[in-house]
Order: sequence, then structure tokens, then C-alpha cells
Amino acid sequence: MAEIELNNKKWGHLKKILERSGPFDTVNFTPSPSNLEFLMTSCKILVIGAGGLGCELLKDLAMMGFKNIDVIDMDTIELSNLNRQFLFRRKDIGASKAQVAAEFINNRIPGTKVTPHFCKIQDYDDSFYQDFHIIVSGLDSIVARRWINGMLISMLRYEDDGSLDQTSIIPLIDGGTEGFKGNARVILPGMTACIDCTLDLFPPQISYPLCTIANTPRLPEHCIEYVKIIQWDKENPFKCALDGDDPEHVTWVYEKAQDRANCFNITGLSYRLVQGVLKHIIPAVSSTNSVIAAVCATEVFKIATSCYEPLNNYLVFNDIDGIYTYKYEAEKKSDCLACSSIPKVISINNPSSMTLQDLIDYLCDSSEFQLKNPALTTSIDGKNKTLYMSAVKSIEEQTRGNLTQSLHELNLVDGQQLMVADATNPNTIVVKLKFTANEVEIFFVTGAQAKHLNSEEASPQNVIDGLQKQPTQTIFFKTYPVRRMKPLNSFGGYKRNFKPSELDISDDAINEIEKRFDDYGHLRFGKRGGGEGDGFDDYGHMRFGR
Amino acid sequence: MSSSVPSPETDKSRKYDRQIRLWGDHGQSLLENSQICLVNANALGTEILKGLVLPGIGSFTIIDHNLVTDEDIGCNFFLEPSSLGQSRAKHCTKFLQELNPDVNGESIDDNIDTIIANNPEFFKNFSVVVSCGLNEKSLIKLSNLLWELNIPFMSCQSVGFLGSARIQMKEHCVIETHPDNKHQDLRLEEAFQTLEEHVSNIKLGPKVPWLIILYKNLEVYRKKHDRKIPNTYKEKSELRDIIRSSMTADEENFEEAIRSVNSSFGGGKVNSEVQKILNDSCCINLNKNSSPFWIMARGLKDFIEKDGKGYLPLPGTIPDMTADTSLYINLQNIYRAKAIQDADAVFRRVQQLLKELNKSSDWISEKDVRLFCREAAYISVTRGSKISDEYEKGSKTSMISDELENPDSLISHYVVLRAMERFQTEHGYIPGEVNVETDPARIKSLATRLVNDWGISSQLNDDLFHEICRYGGAEIHSISSFLGGCCAHEIIKLVTRQYKPFDNTIIYDGIKSQSETFKF
Ligand SMILES: [Zn+2]
Repeated sequence: MAEIELNNKKWGHLKKILERSGPFDTVNFTPSPSNLEFLMTSCKILVIGAGGLGCELLKDLAMMGFKNIDVIDMDTIELSNLNRQFLFRRKDIGASKAQVAAEFINNRIPGTKVTPHFCKIQDYDDSFYQDFHIIVSGLDSIVARRWINGMLISMLRYEDDGSLDQTSIIPLIDGGTEGFKGNARVILPGMTACIDCTLDLFPPQISYPLCTIANTPRLPEHCIEYVKIIQWDKENPFKCALDGDDPEHVTWVYEKAQDRANCFNITGLSYRLVQGVLKHIIPAVSSTNSVIAAVCATEVFKIATSCYEPLNNYLVFNDIDGIYTYKYEAEKKSDCLACSSIPKVISINNPSSMTLQDLIDYLCDSSEFQLKNPALTTSIDGKNKTLYMSAVKSIEEQTRGNLTQSLHELNLVDGQQLMVADATNPNTIVVKLKFTANEVEIFFVTGAQAKHLNSEEASPQNVIDGLQKQPTQTIFFKTYPVRRMKPLNSFGGYKRNFKPSELDISDDAINEIEKRFDDYGHLRFGKRGGGEGDGFDDYGHMRFGR
Repeated sequence: MSSSVPSPETDKSRKYDRQIRLWGDHGQSLLENSQICLVNANALGTEILKGLVLPGIGSFTIIDHNLVTDEDIGCNFFLEPSSLGQSRAKHCTKFLQELNPDVNGESIDDNIDTIIANNPEFFKNFSVVVSCGLNEKSLIKLSNLLWELNIPFMSCQSVGFLGSARIQMKEHCVIETHPDNKHQDLRLEEAFQTLEEHVSNIKLGPKVPWLIILYKNLEVYRKKHDRKIPNTYKEKSELRDIIRSSMTADEENFEEAIRSVNSSFGGGKVNSEVQKILNDSCCINLNKNSSPFWIMARGLKDFIEKDGKGYLPLPGTIPDMTADTSLYINLQNIYRAKAIQDADAVFRRVQQLLKELNKSSDWISEKDVRLFCREAAYISVTRGSKISDEYEKGSKTSMISDELENPDSLISHYVVLRAMERFQTEHGYIPGEVNVETDPARIKSLATRLVNDWGISSQLNDDLFHEICRYGGAEIHSISSFLGGCCAHEIIKLVTRQYKPFDNTIIYDGIKSQSETFKF
């Protein structure tokens, strides 16, 4: 069977690539019929998601000579899928996406063995995932992306000397689309930037403050959210939870939201908007999915055959204005939550006022963590202690009281390591608390270069030494009040706290620096590109000590 | 679930929901009335049609006289083993039509040259014609014919890991370009009377929209500075300080006003692209053939020069801002009312123009004009060139020459693809189809002759000639799928008259995952 298939004339196009050499081949490529044979007999690919990207990926891979493909998806087919998920027909509505897609491909391209898995990726462990040479994901969920990313990282093996066992790497090719925009990336777990390394690329979800929704609505979205969050529970019209797929529910929300909008003279509410808000609908079209899946499939082919160098490592696509592609190398983060062994440090300004709930909120809201339902455990005096866990009801009840306690009250100390379990990662991640109460971070800036000093280095003597070497440089002092720390608007977030009196450096240090600086005229405290703080000069620097 | 509930949705609007959110019901309706013609149903051709049939074009017609080969089945998803030896047009049509029962598909087994020669009128009812891997001679004939008929034409090809697409159209006018970052047009510098009156009655406080805070403080600034608008960083900083000192408490709305200093001025001015449209002879010299776009553009021009005192009509939308509901809604209504007033003025001018042109007054509706006015800052006109001129006379040769000096440019791919077409014309087969040894040198000499004809003496790199011969005309599915998605979307742009299409050639290199646009 394989022999006949391999000699089938229909693969003539692929053979020109795989059995001929060219100037752009990688050094590992040897033209030979065994290349196609590998794709057809040995190579196993897993496609995660059988939606817009998944349907395209299955088609592309099967047309590129891959025979052994598994596809996993927990969803069933809906009418609104049919404008792009082209392996499904009207009669398939309600059936498993993975099963229908697999059957379609197997029928259309005889000899292809697509195996469907109608379940969640979390239902399988490493013994399932280790079977695959390459995994391709076309997911609409960030949590699921991070989970499979964490899984592949946990499956890496290291030699005794600490070097990575290359055979344990399963490449992850990830695609994503939204409207006319998309991206595709190649991840070599442990080697190149992973999903969590670039968490800040994911846009924060839009959420409206509750007080706006309840008291001062201005947009139709505010009215819909009000009905969804407040009115539905209060009136409980259908004696069940709100289901965005049930037209009766949507109509009820639409009518109530319209009443509320009328009441406040708010215009622009539509049925489509109601559905969009209730289901967090992301616009989608066939063409963007084709493009992004095609890039992913091309990369799978390159990696599986070594014919050309794979994408390194991130491609952005946008066809709103003409057609635009841009590629760049996303950087591996040395303190990545998922792929680094260095625990991520959380700086805490005031452990006696910060509660465990504050900490959990921070883990969920900050762009660096974006966790969903973190469960926290730690070790105190050699004993394991569960600080909070919401997933298990009995434990939740036992630990709920901790939420309102401060970190001090919970006996957490500077340098404390917390084990965090979350839906975004199959493994436990470790974070380290750093109590920086009233500590100042100092960095030197000379031109575009910033030298960052940690708390030990930032002694008065070091500051002075640095200034002696480079008298023209500017010093930036930065306080770290954790609760106001919003990494996205980095320097803007804490300008109010930016007063020298609040910089609790020791008097000695201030005296030392002040003395030193008198020789040069003045000492500048300020923010990079600043100019907004009270009392700063034209250049965003504050005169100090004169 | 019960289906008895009256829902404003139709079955179609539910099926197409995810895309209607992008191009609206009016875009969808244009799409559903479009008729697309494909010449050559190779993998690229069917991938393009897939991207059009799924979102629901009206109909498609495939012209292809080829019979299905084994290799076709190996790279074209819309064929199956039983299609072997049969009409490619017919079988691809059948499998494509299965994708969407709302779309009509037709197949024509004739040779394209025969249709061009015997029945040139055949093409005149199509919205767009697209051809894949068409040979030079037929391409030039089809290009001339469609240029005469004024029907948009797209020519594309997919060879190995390379591909290209070229759009030919005389003129393409877009009202809704949907730019990614729209600049806010708040008119604070040139406040209209109703806004001025409204603002003067409001005292700054915690519930006041930032727009009003910004406006009042801007006035304070302007009094001090000879009515000037803060422009430099320093000037804007001063305005921020003024706002900060007017703060009654630590309030979010004041913070928003401070943050908005940078992005709130400069709206309503006519940018150079719009100015070019307004100065276009199509805009100045209207005639009985003028399209609604140009008549509205003329109405816009007259408005700007007279009623608008140099400014565009107000779009009338304001961003969300922290505020009390009624203060926000009142402000919103003031902007809306002014926008309607401006649009009405444009509409009256358009009506007058229609009368002068002896056209029915309902040819352009009030709704059309309101949309035009709302988008006035972003309207776009693209003018194209004829493919046959590019092939017969050479076009933009100095651009090609310059680009050939840039090692990262994909212009060398363009040259290689052109040389490949010439090779087929001269030798009657595809380079590398059988002979991988001698073809690279032969295609290189053809390419050298080609660029010499354009007056270019650059040395051409050997690598791409070897690579194109390795392909021997092979069509790789994922590369066709990439281009198919791109081309389908560009055709949707042409048909819905929304979003700007590429202008006018795109080259794709799947080895480097790179694309580039050139204008010929
Ligand atoms: Zn990482």
C-alpha cells in the first residue's frame, strides 16, 4: 500500500522538491525518495483544533504528503462555522468537529489516516503527546495554547551536563487569526521563544468597570453587560444560566438591554452586538484562515523534510490595506514563566497591607502572568501549606479565610517561593516574592543604554562610583508600589508616587549623592522621556538637593 | 431551545455572521451579487474560489479545457481520484459548489483563446475575472479585452515555493477603507457653535467628559499664546500642566484629558491623499458618466471650500470616556447633530450636481452621502495599469533596476517568474520539467535578455534560476493555499468596495516566508 502510494504519479509535484536539490536547501537535506516515504509512513503530526485554522491545516497537510495525522477538538459544529470551516456541511451541525473533519479528509484523499479525538487537550497526558514529531495548533484560546506549550516544555529531557537532549524537542507551530489579521510562529520548546515568553503580545480583554455598568452607562455594550451580569441573575427568566447560543436567551437580553439603552438615551444597540458581547465573538473570514494555516503547514513541511530553513520565528499578517507580512525573531525570556527554570520574581511594596486576594488579582491581571484561577501553595517551616485553591470545594472553604489576610499575617517572608497551579499550564510554576517595601530601584542611563542596579548594587557607594566614571549620565530612581504597577504603561503608572520624599533612601545615601552632585551642578531625578511629574524641569528631570 | 422566538436574524445572516461583522450587511449584499470568472482551475484557482464560495459570492464560472491529471489530484483539493482524465472545469465546479448551496457554479470546457476570439462579450457580466498560470499570449489578449470592457482582472501563479498576483483595473474608488488607526476628529481647534455653547454651560468636575476638560483648558492655553494650538512637546506639556492645575480632585476624567493631549488635535484637515482626489480631473470635470463616488467627492470639495471653511465635514463620532451618562450622551448628540448638518449640506450640493447632470435625484441617497462624509478623511482612489503594457512595453523599469540592487528585495523573483513565462513561450515547455541540467542557463539568458530590453544591465543571481528549474512547474499546495487566501480576499475587497486592495503586484517567497508589493 505504502509502496504503491509512494510511486503514485499524483505526488509528482512534491517529488520535484523532495528528490531534487536546490541552492536554498538546508545542510541537512539530501534529495531522495526516502523524504516522501518518511512523510507517508513514519511522520506523525498532531493538529490541535478543527475549526477555521484546523480544517485548513488538515487539508494542507494531507495535500503535502502527510498521512498520519491526529486531530483534537472538543467542539461541535455550528451554523456560523460554515462560512469558513469548509469540511463541514449543514447536515453536520451538532456533530464533533474533529470526527467530521477527519472523515472528510480520509474520504477526499484516500490513503490519509486522520484520527479524530473528540475531547479536550487536557484530557491527555505526556504519553499521548510524545508520539508526535510535530504539533500544529490553530486555537482560539490563549489558555489552551499556554497549556500545550507548558506540556511540551515539561517533556524536555536534559543530559547530565545540563544540556538539552535535542531528541526530546517536539516543535510547536502555532497560528492565530482575528478578522483580517493573523500570526504564525515556530516554537522549538526550550530553544526559542515560547508562548509564555511573549505573553504581552496578547491584548488584554476588554472589561468595563462595574460602577460604569451599574450607574453611568454610555455605550450599548454597557447596557448589555448590565443585563448579563446583574439583571439576569436578579430576574432569572428561564431558571437557568445564560446561554449565548440560545436565541430565547439572546432575545431576552436584547430586549432588556434595549429598555435600558432607551432609558439612558443610548443608541446603537443591535441584536448582533448583543450576541457579540455575550459570546465574545471574534470576527472571522475564510481567507485569513487559509493564509495563516498555509504558512503553518509550509513550516511543518520544512521542519519534517529539512528542505528549507524554518521561519525564525514569528510572522505577522494583515490584509486590511493591501497585503502585509512581517517576520521577526521573538526573544526567549530568561525569566519566562513556562520555559525558564528561574522563578519569576514578584516585587511587593508593602507585605503588611497586601492581602492574598491582592496577590491573586495581580497574578490574573498583570500582563506578565495572565493566570486564570491560580491555586497557591508554599512551604512554611518545612511544612507544605495551601494558601488558596478554588477548584476543590472543601479546600476552597478551608482556605477562603486566607484571602483577606496580609502576606505578613500569612507568615510569608522576603524570598518566599510559592507554587502556583493554573489552567494555563499543566505544571506547577514557581514564583518568588520579593519584599521591596520602600526600596528604590536605581538605574543609570547613558544614551540609550540602561544599567539596572539591583538592591544590593544600588548602595550609595556604587551610585557614586558610577557617577565618577560617567558624570554625564542620568540616574533614574523608581519606586515599586506593586498595586499600582501596570507593566503596559510602564513609566506612566506610578508618577503620583514620584516624589523625592517618598524615595526612602537612607539619609546617608542622599547626603552622599547630594554631596557628590554639588560638584556637577545638580542631580537629576526623573523618568525616561518624562515631563509629567510635578516639579520636573523641561526635560522631565527633577532638581534635587539644592 | 425553541425556534418560535422572533429573532431578527435570518438563516443567512447567522451563517455569515462572523464576516458581516467585518464588511457589514451592505458588503455582504454586494458580495452575494457578484459573479466571478476563473480561468484555469489549478490548485491556486480552486483555493481562490474556495475563499469566495464560502463567504457567499453570487456565482462563479470556471473556464478550463484541461483534463484532470494525476498531478492535479495530488495538489488540488477539489478533485478526487475518480476525477482522473475528466474535465477539470466540471469536476472542480462540482466539488466547489458543495461548499455552499447558496452559490451557483458553472463550468466551460473551452479553450480561453477560443472564447476571447469568438465571444469577447462573454466576459462583460463578470464582476472580476481571475486567471491562474495563464500563458503569456493568452494573458496579453485577456488583459487587453478586460481593460476595454473595464472589468477588474487578476492574474496569478504559484510555482514551487514562489508565487505572484497582479491586479489590473482602471480605477478603484473606496469609501470605507477601514484604517487600523483612525485619527480622532474632535474639532477642538475650530469648535462649532453648538459645542462652544454647550461647553460654556458646564463646570469642570468629576463627572465631566475629558473632551470638555480638554477643550476648556485648551482655551486657557490659547488665550495665553495668541490663539495658537500646542504643537511641540514642550507646548503640550504646558497644556497638560494647565489641565492638572484645573483638577478638582484626583479624577480619572482629568487623567484621560491629560493623556488625550497628544491625539486630539489636527482632525478635520484634508490630507494629501484626499486633496489629490479632490483635485482630480474626474472630480472637477463631472459628466454624465461620472460615478456616484466622484459626484460625492465633488460635493465634498465644494463643501470644504465653502460651508466647511477648509475643513472636512465632521464625522460625528466621539470615543468613550469616563463621565456621567447624560453629560456624555448630550455631548455625543451635539457631535452627531453637527455631523448630520454637515452631511446635509454636502447632500444638498450633491442633489444640485445631479440636477445639473440630468440624473435622477434618488441616484445618490442621503444615507450614501452620510457614509461618504463620515469616511471623508480616509477615501481612496487607486488607478491601475494594463498587464499587456507591462509585458509588451516594460513598465517601471527604473524601479526594477533600483530594486535589483537591493539583495532583500523580491524583485529578482519577479524577473525569474517573468523569464519562466517567456521560456514557456519560446521553448514550449516549463523550465526544469524534464531537464534540470541545462535549463537554468537557458532561462538565465532569457531573463538577461528580458532585463536588457528594459534597459537594465544588472547581473542576475544564479540561485533563483536553479531553484525555479528544480520546481519544473510543480505546484505546492500550501503555497497555492497562501496565495489563494490572499487573492480571494483582494477580490472580496474589489467586489465589496471596502478596504484597500494591493496596488498592483504581490510577490511571495514561501522559502523565506516573505511578501512584497510592487506597482507596475
Ligand atoms: Zn518561554
